[in-house]
Amino acid sequence: MTRLVALTLAVLVATALRAADVEPAFDDPALNARYWGLIREIRCPLCMNESIADSGAPVAADLRREVHRLLAEGKSDDEIKEFMSSRYGDFVLYRPRVEPVTYALWASPFILLVVGALVFWRILRNRGKQPLGEDEAS
Amino acid sequence: MWRYAIPLVVLAVIAAFFYRGLGLNPSYVPSALIGKPMPEFALPTLADQEARIGSRDIAGKVALLNVWGTWCIECRHEHAFLVRLAKSGMPIYGLNLRDERPAALGWLASLGNPYVASAFDPDGTVAVDWGVTAAPETFLIGRDGKILFKHISPLTQQVWQHDFVPLIKAQCGGSDPGCPQLAALGAQ
Repeated sequence: MTRLVALTLAVLVATALRAADVEPAFDDPALNARYWGLIREIRCPLCMNESIADSGAPVAADLRREVHRLLAEGKSDDEIKEFMSSRYGDFVLYRPRVEPVTYALWASPFILLVVGALVFWRILRNRGKQPLGEDEAS
Repeated sequence: MWRYAIPLVVLAVIAAFFYRGLGLNPSYVPSALIGKPMPEFALPTLADQEARIGSRDIAGKVALLNVWGTWCIECRHEHAFLVRLAKSGMPIYGLNLRDERPAALGWLASLGNPYVASAFDPDGTVAVDWGVTAAPETFLIGRDGKILFKHISPLTQQVWQHDFVPLIKAQCGGSDPGCPQLAALGAQ
């Protein structure tokens, strides 16, 4: 058990170290946290399923540099996301913005939840109508 | 009766989504810049550190901006077509991306230079403003300075005829100022 914990810790520390030496980030912890938050939420436009924090593509390095520059200039997170999406499209935002095109996307989990609840309710109601004996016989 | 219709309707909806979704190209990312004015820039030219080339030089005519670099193998594939296109009268500007001067100049000396001029962008700063992901990419810029089209991957005769020529013809009467010569539209 101790060995397992030690191994897990080693892996976690190694991952953290790897992430830390990718780029010189900020001394200010708050700014640093925003930097890491942003580059994990911006998708690499070349490699599709990686964030620019994960990707080794040259364009991802360029975009990390731009995020760093914009943060140093005092831009807000929204301004930086707008900077990215105006150049690379909404595609680069892992978290889609709430706007008319994405209403259906944001609403779909709740619609599915309601549909599921209705189906569940119907099944329960039908079961309630059946006499107990019949259910046991089948 | 209608309860039997529900699974069929659900199936039909799912099938419609799959039919549409599987027909899409997952690696196709539309450019956010189509129909927008080209991003402004001014960079040193590849040939001369002191000379400048930028959006002002491109503005006012139908032109291509081709993103290239010597590290880009696909660029080598499209290069011969770009040379032919330039010879037939189409103005092509280059954006040399993440490259080194001697290598890039050597490439043009040995393979031919199709570019009116190439902007030198070793850090990819201007490339980010243009939404460039990698080379080769080719932008078509209209007479009004707006981006009409962007092609990712090598430019070929087929792509040129199919995607570029109709867009150019739509805004050019042939001898209008700022329009490429007719020879360029049928470039062999």
